[in-house]
Amino acid sequence: MLNHRLILSIAKRHLLAKFKQTLIAALGVTFGIGSYITLVSFMTGLNGMLDDLILNQTPHIHIFNKIEPSEKQPISFYKDFENSFNIVRSIKPKQSQKKIYNALPLISQLNRDSRVRGAIPQLNTQIFYIAGSIDLGGNLTGVDIMQEASLFNLKDYIVEGTPADLKNTSNGILLGAGVAKKMALKVGDRVQINTIEGDIFPLKIVGIYQSGVADIDDIQSFANLNTVQRILGKPKNYITDINVKLHDIENAFALSKKIEKQFNLTAIDINSANAQFETGSNIRNLITYAVSITLLIVAGFGIYNILNMLIYEKMNDIAILKATGFSGKDVQLIFMTQAMIIGIAGGILGLGIGYILSTIIDGIAFKTEALPTIETYPINYNPWYYVIGISFALISTFLAGYLPSRRAKRIDPVQIINRL
Amino acid sequence: MTPILEAKNIDKYFKKPVSFHVLKDIDLVINKGEFTSIMGKSGCGKSTLLYVLSTMDTDYSGELYLNNKLITGETPENLARIRNKHIGFVFQFHYLLSEFSVLENVMLPARKLGEKSFLEIEHCAMEKLKMLNIEHLATKKASRISGGEKQRVAIARALINDPAIIMGDEPTGNLDSYNSENVFSIFKQLSEEQNLSLLVVTHDQDFANKTNRIIQMEDGKVLS
Repeated sequence: MLNHRLILSIAKRHLLAKFKQTLIAALGVTFGIGSYITLVSFMTGLNGMLDDLILNQTPHIHIFNKIEPSEKQPISFYKDFENSFNIVRSIKPKQSQKKIYNALPLISQLNRDSRVRGAIPQLNTQIFYIAGSIDLGGNLTGVDIMQEASLFNLKDYIVEGTPADLKNTSNGILLGAGVAKKMALKVGDRVQINTIEGDIFPLKIVGIYQSGVADIDDIQSFANLNTVQRILGKPKNYITDINVKLHDIENAFALSKKIEKQFNLTAIDINSANAQFETGSNIRNLITYAVSITLLIVAGFGIYNILNMLIYEKMNDIAILKATGFSGKDVQLIFMTQAMIIGIAGGILGLGIGYILSTIIDGIAFKTEALPTIETYPINYNPWYYVIGISFALISTFLAGYLPSRRAKRIDPVQIINRL
Repeated sequence: MTPILEAKNIDKYFKKPVSFHVLKDIDLVINKGEFTSIMGKSGCGKSTLLYVLSTMDTDYSGELYLNNKLITGETPENLARIRNKHIGFVFQFHYLLSEFSVLENVMLPARKLGEKSFLEIEHCAMEKLKMLNIEHLATKKASRISGGEKQRVAIARALINDPAIIMGDEPTGNLDSYNSENVFSIFKQLSEEQNLSLLVVTHDQDFANKTNRIIQMEDGKVLS
């Protein structure tokens, strides 16, 4: 213990005597760590925002009835032609209903599954928005608005009005921002919609929905599930889609396969639906890390250089320390201590600078039509990045200090003393 | 007479740049309280012998005893400890650590030894400085004092752990005659009053003549 204090005091004395060089070495680390923290916080913040943009609104599993031709045509069931070659021309998709059979018991069963955070019904239908003599094609989705809001953050995308407004208005509609703009409508106005069957219904606009994706905002609107059922003249169990949110997204694939098999429905999991999206995130992360590691390696070389120089200048001191009874290990420890002091001081300062820069970026206004809920640049203050940052600072300074300090350990005092 | 340092059959070769037999079968005993000087021409191996005896150079064959204990073949850590505790050094060029004050320089080996508390060491170091009449320099930076003063500080540092023997490699080689005389009288005093052994390599015939014993070396051999 006493030995360590002595070594620390010698190390400190050397560093203070060469304060400028020490400062430059430490600032190298600070620069590396600071930019790592800033970069990684900003990049992952942006990634998170983009992820949210797509993933928050996307169910982990989407269950629906797919319109497609039957795989087995009737002739396949006929035993007499079992071993013969059949050609069926001009196959048409099977006549089937869009609604999910027994949807309500299915939903309650899914909700009982421990992996499921929530399964909620939707009723998707094509409609026309009527503006004078013009018909605008669109999508009306009947939803349980309060559950949508809590599970899929629908609230974030309602730019005017609230989910509760829709819930409390039986013939209300959340109109897509694009539609509202095209038709010059605002909250409180009425919009007429025309079903495919030709019935016209007036609905009251209680809010404006903006997802940030223009193609969606131009067609999509929301209404209460029972309102849409009423418009279409369908019973209360008429449901076309079930959206499932899980506790752990990793279970999505397995569960979707199970649902497909068990209920003879189509179930798409989020990873299959957004595979290209995840690839983008991964590559952005890779770039962030590549840049950060480059910065830290440059800082490491700075430390290596300065310690090497220091050892060269301190040859005589090393010889005298060894002559008066300091072992090679002690001398190595002195220089390692110096490297670690530079690393710790520079690293902590770097974390501080990184944090300050992050908060500054966090405060910069960033308004974009595409992202209605974002007001400033997004920053991810994940404490893990700070842990990684300081660990990397310590590891790189350790490595940068190790080689020069080993050289100091091996210096033969007799050679140094004889040289003069 | 108790032997402090004993060397038996020391042989040493320099391998670079060409193989060279620098120390040839050297036997040597330094007794307690003896003030010995080693003399010889340049290149006769006297400095090399000193560094072998000092344990800093371990590349030799033969046996070396300190206080009747074999120290040949000890680990570098143990040798460092032995140097720290039992051997004091004074070099031709004072070799003080320039960032530290005089007092800190003197204290350094004792702090490394770690047998006394910081305050005891400080007190002890002041005693040594007083003995050498340089206590007024205690707080000065080691780089800010004169050559003669530096050498006296180096002697104080060599004494701090009360070693068994003090070794000097031309300790007066870089000093004027006044300071040389001064350093010599300090050595003499230490040898007589504290019964300390001293082993000094020197070129200075006058200096050597005043010591108890002269070891004359030539071509890697001890002549007398």
